[in-house]
Amino acid sequence: MDYSPLWISLKIAVCSTIITFFAGVASAWLVTYLRGAKHVVDAVLSVPLVLPPTVVGFLLLMLLGRSSGIGGLLENVGLHVIFTWQGATVAAAVVSFPVMYRGIRGAIEQVDENLIFAARTLGMREYTILRKIIIPAARPGIAASTVLAFARALGEFGATIMVAGNLPGRTRTMSIAVYTAMQSGNRNLAMKWVLIIIVFSLIILILMNVVAGRGSRTLPVQRG
Amino acid sequence: MELFVDIEKQVGGFCLRSSFSIESGRLALLGPSGCGKTMTLKCIAGIEKPDKGTIRLGDRVLYDSDKKINVPSRDRHAGFLFQNYALFPNMTVRENVLVASHDKRYALDLIERFQLADIEDLLPNSLSGGQSQRTALARMLAAKPEILMFDEPFSALDNYLAMRMERELQKILENFEGPSILVTHDRNEAYRMADKIAAMESGCIVEIKERHDFFDNPDTVTAARLTGCKNISGISKNEDGSYFAQDWGIRLEPCTDGNGLGLDSADSVGYRAHYFKFVSESTGQNCFDCELLRVVEDTFSVSVLFRQRGNDAASDDSVLTWIVNKDEWIKIKDDVMSGTFLLSIDPQKLMPLRNSKDG
Repeated sequence: MDYSPLWISLKIAVCSTIITFFAGVASAWLVTYLRGAKHVVDAVLSVPLVLPPTVVGFLLLMLLGRSSGIGGLLENVGLHVIFTWQGATVAAAVVSFPVMYRGIRGAIEQVDENLIFAARTLGMREYTILRKIIIPAARPGIAASTVLAFARALGEFGATIMVAGNLPGRTRTMSIAVYTAMQSGNRNLAMKWVLIIIVFSLIILILMNVVAGRGSRTLPVQRG
Repeated sequence: MELFVDIEKQVGGFCLRSSFSIESGRLALLGPSGCGKTMTLKCIAGIEKPDKGTIRLGDRVLYDSDKKINVPSRDRHAGFLFQNYALFPNMTVRENVLVASHDKRYALDLIERFQLADIEDLLPNSLSGGQSQRTALARMLAAKPEILMFDEPFSALDNYLAMRMERELQKILENFEGPSILVTHDRNEAYRMADKIAAMESGCIVEIKERHDFFDNPDTVTAARLTGCKNISGISKNEDGSYFAQDWGIRLEPCTDGNGLGLDSADSVGYRAHYFKFVSESTGQNCFDCELLRVVEDTFSVSVLFRQRGNDAASDDSVLTWIVNKDEWIKIKDDVMSGTFLLSIDPQKLMPLRNSKDG
């Protein structure tokens, strides 16, 4: 059995999670400063969550294809996005970004705002407050969002197949492998991938519970 | 260093209009919950932004709506002690104190001074209330603020601990050169801790006075209530120079020595609960029949709730309170418990009051 889909899936999910983590923390933090435009910006950042992945894939093809400006530019610097694992990473990142962003925003909003006010009256800068106070205080939520976004990226199918295609050994991920195996009538192979994916998903959920459990124990306890 | 505050802020249906100035010294903002005390502090600290007005500290303008100045919180050098202390939960006591300090030696000295050395490696969630507060105080002072603000600092502590922390806070304030503001709803705390007291009601500062003057001669109904005056009534003047206290249903006669009651410019009158005098026979003027409503025994005194016999006014203020110390109570208990008794009022102890809304 060719295990390359497993490694390709992991590579794509890890890279995509690194991208969405930093983008998610940054945008969640910035959105908390917005007032009037908050709802609009929040909707725009969350829209890949509700769009069908094929629509996201279509839009990414339009945006990154050779005929488009950005695609041409990337082509010139030697970055081929269409039908490559990098393209699949972009697709997975876009689809899983809202999961990351919304989870982190929720976690940041849960942080006692008096902590932030106190830090400001002590003369701390906003970025220092983010690094030393907000992120540590929101860590359980941020960790849970990261695991969830990783899982979402790992299972991505629709946008990935549209942007990166189904090239064995290059862009064929586990979920695409299930689909391909079924298409070619190889039920056994499909079943094997399905089992691997189920085991993976369970591990991820258990990991998340461990992370969340650890978080709830470190919550501050008010004592008399 | 002078603190000048004159701000307005609309929050939902609530309008804050805070206006006061203090020289270096301790001010207590006294008022019921939700009257805008904390909001005033937050505006000074730059946590909340007023709609309009001015805030100046010394020669620095912290906020000026006309000149579009709004110095960010971090540059105001305003120390703020939060009600829940707001210690950073992921940092040890030592890290909390050092995190915002630019003068490490001074911060380490504060750790010693606040007896935090033994617990400096603990996280805030394993501290007691007193330890949390000492950490928060040390952290606040480590940033070298130019003004100190305390938002109900003792409300989370039990009585005994609150007294001890109060003494520590007093020491800090004695050594602090800038102005300080204490927000509280406890009049005794305000009296012990501050030089000046400001009475606040529904978003407005109605009276601001030196603390002795504030307790002895409150000008407004709000301030009188905040100083613990339990008996307050509206008044109207009679043709013969006496007054009628409408809520109490009692006629108030001027003193026999010819002095008036001093109530000419007042719309209300206050009388402290421990100034009533029990009399066994009517002395005529300023003496009235009382109908017992309820007796509440306190630790060192007894509160007698009563109304003037025959008074059919239904307002809350028609019920008067008389506080008797226990030694006295034993002697007169039987007379009072019979249901009716006589009390006299000392006209010199009547407090002329303005209704605060007009001011």
